[in-house]
Parts: sequence; C-alpha cells; structure tokens
Amino acid sequence: MNLTAPESLIFWTSIIFIVFFILLRKFAWKPILGAVKGREDSINDALSSAETARREMQNLTAENERILQEARLERDSLLKEAREMREKMIADSKADAQAEGARMIEQAKTAILAEKNAAMAELKSQVSSLSLSIAEKVLKDELSNKEAQTKLIENMLGDVKLN
Amino acid sequence: MVISKKSLQFLLVTFLSCMPLVTFANPTADSLQNHTENAAPVAEAHGETGHSAEKEFNATELINDHIGDSHEFHIADYDGHPITFYLPVILWTNNGLEIFSSEQFHHDNEGHHVVDVNGQKLVRFNEVIFYADKFETLTEDERKNGAFAFDARPLDFSITKNVFSMLMSALILFFLFLAVARSYNKNKLAPKGIAGFLEPLVIFVRDEIAIPNIGTKKYAKYMPYLLTIFFFIWINNLIGLIPFFPFSSNLTGNIFFTFVLAFITFLVTSLSANKEYWKHIFMPPVPKALYPIMIPVEIIGMLTKPFALMIRLFANITAGHIIILSLVSLIFIFKTVAVAPISGAFVLFMSVLEMLVAALQAYVFTLLTALFIGQAVAEHDHH
Repeated sequence: MNLTAPESLIFWTSIIFIVFFILLRKFAWKPILGAVKGREDSINDALSSAETARREMQNLTAENERILQEARLERDSLLKEAREMREKMIADSKADAQAEGARMIEQAKTAILAEKNAAMAELKSQVSSLSLSIAEKVLKDELSNKEAQTKLIENMLGDVKLN
Repeated sequence: MVISKKSLQFLLVTFLSCMPLVTFANPTADSLQNHTENAAPVAEAHGETGHSAEKEFNATELINDHIGDSHEFHIADYDGHPITFYLPVILWTNNGLEIFSSEQFHHDNEGHHVVDVNGQKLVRFNEVIFYADKFETLTEDERKNGAFAFDARPLDFSITKNVFSMLMSALILFFLFLAVARSYNKNKLAPKGIAGFLEPLVIFVRDEIAIPNIGTKKYAKYMPYLLTIFFFIWINNLIGLIPFFPFSSNLTGNIFFTFVLAFITFLVTSLSANKEYWKHIFMPPVPKALYPIMIPVEIIGMLTKPFALMIRLFANITAGHIIILSLVSLIFIFKTVAVAPISGAFVLFMSVLEMLVAALQAYVFTLLTALFIGQAVAEHDHH
C-alpha cells in the first residue's frame, strides 16, 4: 500500500470532515430532524385526537342509547297509565250510571207510590161519594120498601167489607 | 409481462457479471502499460538497456497501487497514452508553500524524474515526494517507508486522489441532504422522492443506533455527529466500490482517514464524558493497592476503543478491495481468458458482498461510536 504522506490525508480529512459536519448540522440535520420530529408529533396528536373523538363518539352513542331506553320506558309507562285511566273511567262511569239508574228507579217508584196513594185516595173519595149518592138513592128507594131497604144495605155493606 | 421481466433480470445479471471484466480489467491493463510507459523514458534518460517492454505482471504491486493513494487520478489509457486527471500538489517546503500540478512528475514514481520548483529539486518515489538531494542518500528500505522520512521530504498537503474523493463525497452528501431539508419546507405531508428514501435511514440512525445506546434524554445532542459519520463512511465505502473515474478511491480503506474519524470519536467521547466516567478510569472501585495496575489498564481501555474503530473500518474495506483485485489478477497470473468468467463471477459476488459490507461497516462504526458516547454520558450505578 502506498502510504502517501500521512499529513496530507490527516489534514484534509480533519478540515473537510469538520466543515462538512458543521454545514450539515446547520443546513441539513437540524431541519430534517426538526421536520421528522414535528411530523411525528403531529401524527401522534392526530392519532390521540382520533382516539378521543372515537371515545366521545362511543360515549355519545351510549348516551343516545340510554336516552332512547328512557324514552321507551316513559312511553310504556304513559301507555300503561292511559290504559289504567281509561279502565278506571269506564268503571267509574259504569258505577255512576248504575247509581243514577238506581236513583231514578227509586224516584219513579216513590212517584208511582205517591200517585197510587193519591189515586187510591181519589178513588176512595169517589167511591165514598158514589156510595153516598147510591146510598142516598137507595135510601130514597128503600125507605119506601123496608124489607128491600134492609136487604140492600146489608148487601152493600157486605161488598164494602170485601173492599 | 412476466416473461419480459424475467429476461430483463437475466440480461441485467449477465451484464453485471460481465461488467467487472471490463471495468476492473482495464485499469490492470492500464497499469501494465503505465509501467512500461514509465520504464521507457527512464531507460532513455539513463541510457540503460535491457528493460524489456513486457514487464512481468506483479499482482502485489498492482493491488498496492490500487488500494493506495496517489497524486493524480488515472482514468484510462488510450492508444498507449494515459488519460489522467492531474491533481494539485501542495507542499510545505524549506522555502515555504509550493503549489503545482502533479503533471510535472510525468507519471514518474521511481524517483528518476527531477522536478524543479522555484529552485528546489523534487523527486517522487512510490507516491512520496522527496528532496532530490536527500533522496539520493536514502537506502532502499528508507525509500520504501518514505512516508515517515520527514527530514528527507517536504510536508505534503496535496489534494490526492483520496482527498479529491472525500471532497466530492462531502459535496454530494451536502447537496443531497440540503435538498432533503429544503423539501420539508415545501412539503409538510409524507416525505416524497429523495426525502422518502433518506428519511428512513435518518430515523434508523436515531431509533436503532442513538436512542438505544445513548438514551432518550441525551441522544439529540449527538445525532448530527452520528448521522454525519454514518453517511460519510457509507458513501465513501460505496464510492470505493465504483471502479471508474471519478470514484474508485480507497478512502475508507486508508488508515489515516479512519484514524481521523476514530480520533474525532475519541474526542467527542472524552469531551462529553461525565464525572463518573473519569472516576471509573482514575479511581476505579478496587483496593487502592491495585491502582498502579488498574489505572493504566483503564487508560489503555479508553484508547483501544477508538483504535479498534480505526482498524476495523480500515481492515474491512481494504480487505474487500484486495480480494476483488486479487480475483481480477488471477486472469493475468494465469494469462488466459478462460479464467475470466470464473473470476468475473467471483468479483460480482464479492462486489455485492462489499456493498453489504459498505453499509454494515458504516453502521458498526456509528453504532460503536454511539455506544462509547453512551458509556461516557451514562449515569450508571457502580458495578
């Protein structure tokens, strides 16, 4: 191997390498490493924010599900309540109607009874006046015929007793 | 579509397996011609005879030429003439700074062609530039180890092939990552194009190297350094595998280059080390009587870590180059084309393996650097 003057290569290597290193550090490594780091950070940020968004989305879905479930339950309870209320109303109105009917029947009965009593009283007065007039007429007739008179009175009284 | 796709793959594989034959074989032939080329004027100049035009093929020499550094960039040979990209030679001589083109050496590497630069006579031997007068006094052995004969040569700060390659790789990487950084200003969305390709690598260094070894709290401070060495080593490993101009240098397989990188890692580690790290070295949790042994051991341990980094990268890359070049050399050693397909197939296999090694060694260097930094800054319990 031809060992050309060692000082030449040592000198130039030192100079070139150091200058090369300084230039590269300033103009290449710093911007490149900075850009790489920046991009990695932005990728990490993007990934973590995507993860957060996903989790939020999950939460939102769960929330929606919960609200829906609640709404469903509420609807069910509302329906049940309505049904109960309807049944109650029907039952109530049935009872009312029955009571009213009963009351009306009662009233009618009372009225009928009153009418009947009135009619009976009327009838009695009519009958009594009629019997009086009959009796008057009969008495007029019978008073002329004693036997017949008595017989008639007896028959009539007998009839009256039957009443 | 399936059939056409298959045939396309087949064609591609065939092409790739043939490519090393062309691309690697050429420089080999070139260097052969180059040597004869060099030999001829020398023979003329010195009036020597007996230099045969056909020089014996020397695989060791070829490999050494290719994994070593040089003052000029040999591209190809055309019609017996080398086509060379001449790089500047920068010397700190006894008379001060001298800058001239490496063309002046006229491809001489044997110490024969004397170059006169402002009155100073210089020669080049084995890619080392000497003062001509002092070169004459050196023995053969001293000449071969000329890189360390500092009194016989001027200090050499030339833009060599490796320096040129390093500059080029730095510029390529800088503009590449500048484009990536710019693309983030416009595009805040997922990365596209070149950013889409490079960003995963940046994130790999961050998530697989920096954070596990240094810890989430302190890693950010060391990221620029780790990224720089990772991509710098990787691209230079890859450039070394491309066998033609303006690539083909063996920068990361050069021990001085890996030395500087390992030394910088050592500096970064030492300068960012906390109290516990130093306490562990200079006041290890052992009986005081053992300090004379333990402290040197700890100091050696501190130094062997970057040393291992230096050797590992250098050895791995150089070994890969040597294996590929050796496989190519087989053709010339056996002097038959029949070896070429086998050699080519092996070279293809090795080249693909080397591409893996290129990335792997960059990863290992970065990983170990992160590990050492992590050890130095860790707030660990005593163990």
